[in-house]
Amino acid sequence: MPVIEVSDLHKRYGEKVAVQNVSFTVERGEIFGMLGPNGAGKTTTVECVAGLRAPNGGSISVLGLDPIRDRRVLHKRLGIQLQESAIQNRLRVAEALDLYSSFYENPADWEELLDRLGLAPHRNVAYGKLSGGQKQRLSIALALVGKPEIAVLDELTTGLDPQARRDTWALIEGVRDSGVTIILVTHFMEEAQRLCDRVAVIDAGKVVALDTPEGLASHVGAENRLYFRPSAPVDEAALKELPEVSSVRVAADGTVSIAGDEHVVQAVMSLLARAHIVAGDLRVDQASLDDAFVALIGHDSVE
Amino acid sequence: MSGSLVKLTRTEWKMFVREPMAMIFGLAMPIVLLVILGCIPSFRTHKPDLGGQRIIDLYVPIVIGLGLATLCLLLLPGALASYREKGILRRMSTTPVPPTQLLAARMLIDFPLAVVVMIVAVAVGVIAFGTKIPHQPIGFLIALALTTLATQSLGMIIGAVARTESVGRGLGMVLYYPMMFCAGVWLPRDSMPHVLRRITDFTPLGSGVGALQNTIGGQWPTTLQIVVLVGFTLVAGALAARLFRWE
Repeated sequence: MPVIEVSDLHKRYGEKVAVQNVSFTVERGEIFGMLGPNGAGKTTTVECVAGLRAPNGGSISVLGLDPIRDRRVLHKRLGIQLQESAIQNRLRVAEALDLYSSFYENPADWEELLDRLGLAPHRNVAYGKLSGGQKQRLSIALALVGKPEIAVLDELTTGLDPQARRDTWALIEGVRDSGVTIILVTHFMEEAQRLCDRVAVIDAGKVVALDTPEGLASHVGAENRLYFRPSAPVDEAALKELPEVSSVRVAADGTVSIAGDEHVVQAVMSLLARAHIVAGDLRVDQASLDDAFVALIGHDSVE
Repeated sequence: MSGSLVKLTRTEWKMFVREPMAMIFGLAMPIVLLVILGCIPSFRTHKPDLGGQRIIDLYVPIVIGLGLATLCLLLLPGALASYREKGILRRMSTTPVPPTQLLAARMLIDFPLAVVVMIVAVAVGVIAFGTKIPHQPIGFLIALALTTLATQSLGMIIGAVARTESVGRGLGMVLYYPMMFCAGVWLPRDSMPHVLRRITDFTPLGSGVGALQNTIGGQWPTTLQIVVLVGFTLVAGALAARLFRWE
């Protein structure tokens, strides 16, 4: 039984169509990704799901509720971390959590949230004095303080440095492990690939693909590639005969590059082993969501 | 009041107190003005053409009016615009508590702030310059509350539409200066030509300062003063509610 069902969602701003024919379902306990270039309609879609915008057409059911009609009830059970939403600059971390926890009948223990999000050392720091990463973590804490069943996280790692981004990912996995269903809006492939159970790729207001990250990558026929420097000359013809291999190239410096399907690495390695050749400087590029995204969207406009 | 409104109001109070500019302009400036004017010897002499009153007597209600103008026409619209600009209203709208409670909390703190300005102004006047303790204290408090409400409603029209804090404060200035004039900051209402004074009677701060002055003297606010203050509250309040933009 899905916790979120969106069917045939339409949303216009004046003449401009932001979202059209968007349908998807989210199952309890999964991390559902919404991936797409800027302006694709991701935020509009989640704002409709969260009851912050009224759709022009289609139907949405979240935890069996109508997000617009049952908005107040829904907001007790769904936490949202939005872009471009802040709190007062002079409000301190602990005060903000104490305040927001008073908005819910059965809030989480915010002291524990402070610890979990690594904000305890900053509890008396004013919001305006926090770093970008700390602000994001507080924003996540505020989205979780009502003990939601569903958390919507919109572009939560945008603007964070790589370390802070990885820390945030670990945190999101922890939240999911505690049983919260998560909708993650992102335009980072790596983030979607690492975190999401399923991903909806959205472009120009439409869902262009919906699958697991691996499913998306294999579906678009993206290839795995490997590069290595053999300890002895390789038999190019034998390599090309392998059913898993689609192309072989030997560069002037002796580096071999091979492309093929998802089993290509295994096949090439066994062949080399039989010929007693060692593959030095081995590098493997797996077919990724990145390749799938480019194939699906037809342009690489992210970031 | 619900638990969240109590907490929001306490939070808004803390936010105000932590903003040095708000404290200086909202609370300190009117008192400083009163002290400076009280140091002018001729302002402390009884004037036959003012019915035997001294100019400093007239300035106690005027600086209270000035404080209310700063609180309600500059700081209140600025705060609401910044809540819109920074997405604080948006953030609130994702919780089960409606963001109207944040507006209510921000408006509620103006009342204790008005009381603080009033108490300090009256105390400084009485202790330093021998001005009167309000002789009609209940009427005085009613006048203070109604003037705060009427001025807030005017400020809320700006707070309803301004997209950014600087626009909010800028538009607030457009009302602030004429309202300071009406309150008698530059020329006490008793010294104004009759026609001018009559015009200011129909403004929130003109009638508000008039009502404060009446009640200090022991009278009740006049019917006209009450009608003007309540009328502004209702009309400007309704307009602000109609114009209000959440984003």
